[in-house]
Amino acid sequence: MSSDETPSQTVGPYLAIGLPWSDGPVADRGGVRIWGYVLDGAGDPIADALVETWHHDPPAFARSATDDDGRWEVTVPRAPYVAVHVFGRGILRHLTTRIYLEAADGDPVLAHVPADRRDTLMAQVGKDGGYRFDIRIQAQPPERETVFFDV
Amino acid sequence: MREPALDYPDYKSTALRHPKQPLVYLPEQVTELTGPQLGDLRPGEIHNDLTKGHAGEPVGERIIVSGRLLDADGRPIRDSLIEIWQANAAGRYRHRWDRWPAPLDPNFTGGGRTVTDSEGRYEFVTIKPGPYPWGNHHNAWRPAHIHFSLLGRSFEQRLVTQMYFPGDPLFPYDPIFNSVRDELARERMISRFSIEESQDNWALAYKFDIVLGGRYQTPIEESH
Repeated sequence: MSSDETPSQTVGPYLAIGLPWSDGPVADRGGVRIWGYVLDGAGDPIADALVETWHHDPPAFARSATDDDGRWEVTVPRAPYVAVHVFGRGILRHLTTRIYLEAADGDPVLAHVPADRRDTLMAQVGKDGGYRFDIRIQAQPPERETVFFDV
Repeated sequence: MREPALDYPDYKSTALRHPKQPLVYLPEQVTELTGPQLGDLRPGEIHNDLTKGHAGEPVGERIIVSGRLLDADGRPIRDSLIEIWQANAAGRYRHRWDRWPAPLDPNFTGGGRTVTDSEGRYEFVTIKPGPYPWGNHHNAWRPAHIHFSLLGRSFEQRLVTQMYFPGDPLFPYDPIFNSVRDELARERMISRFSIEESQDNWALAYKFDIVLGGRYQTPIEESH
């Protein structure tokens, strides 16, 4: 933290009052659908989380709160990957990760990720053409925990 | 060590909600060094007066909360979306999960958004939120606070924080506030009362400047 940076605090359980937008999850109606669950260390879905995605080309930002089942969903322009933030009660600093929609040999970010955990950043193609990506904040075995970045 | 720690046992909900594996180094990448500009967002209505939009005036102490959004070099961050949400004067959130038996206020919803001006300035008019119990431990009460969400210039500058009020007697007992171990850093979450900006016969004023760390890439200026 720099000398005058404002510290982070949790969004708490009532983020739904302030953060969701009615068309926040849809950045591009003709884009690809990415969805999944946010799961805690007991494997339980987190119903008070928020997922944000961003890619710069073309610029597209999406925001989805999780529902009562801990499920989130965004529709965004197709890109090789999207950057992701995860917020929630009990999360004092939001978590940062990426979702890869296609294999990315030689990707400079994946190069820093331990080989046995790279799979945690790969979305799975679903039957309906959408992509499934679960965010596991903790997991057993430990290498299944989603990789989060130090930013 | 980065603050606040993700694993902070005094705040019980962190136990199952912090990564146990080490965070991984992220090299500088254009995706994370850029972020959505105002035109990429779809926030709906911008309204920075939380006391308006209902049949009547909300109960409680009317306040003006204003300040500047700055980067770590002290430069203003202009045209940037700021979103807030909060409890009402009785410490009750308008949310179906909030079971604290304090009254809801039909004239207060508790959410607002605005955009910073060319000098990074913002302003909200609202009601001072009340403290409330939250069940983390015996006699656990949150100090009065307003949640702030900042987009900044880049995905890495993204910040969600809470603004507190000066002199709150609950500070020593609140694990969320104290999850930031550095005292000077904690003080940067506390607003400052301003008699100069308080408005006679209308509202008290609190000042809260927000400083975003994180790397960003300066957009390439279009030449004309």
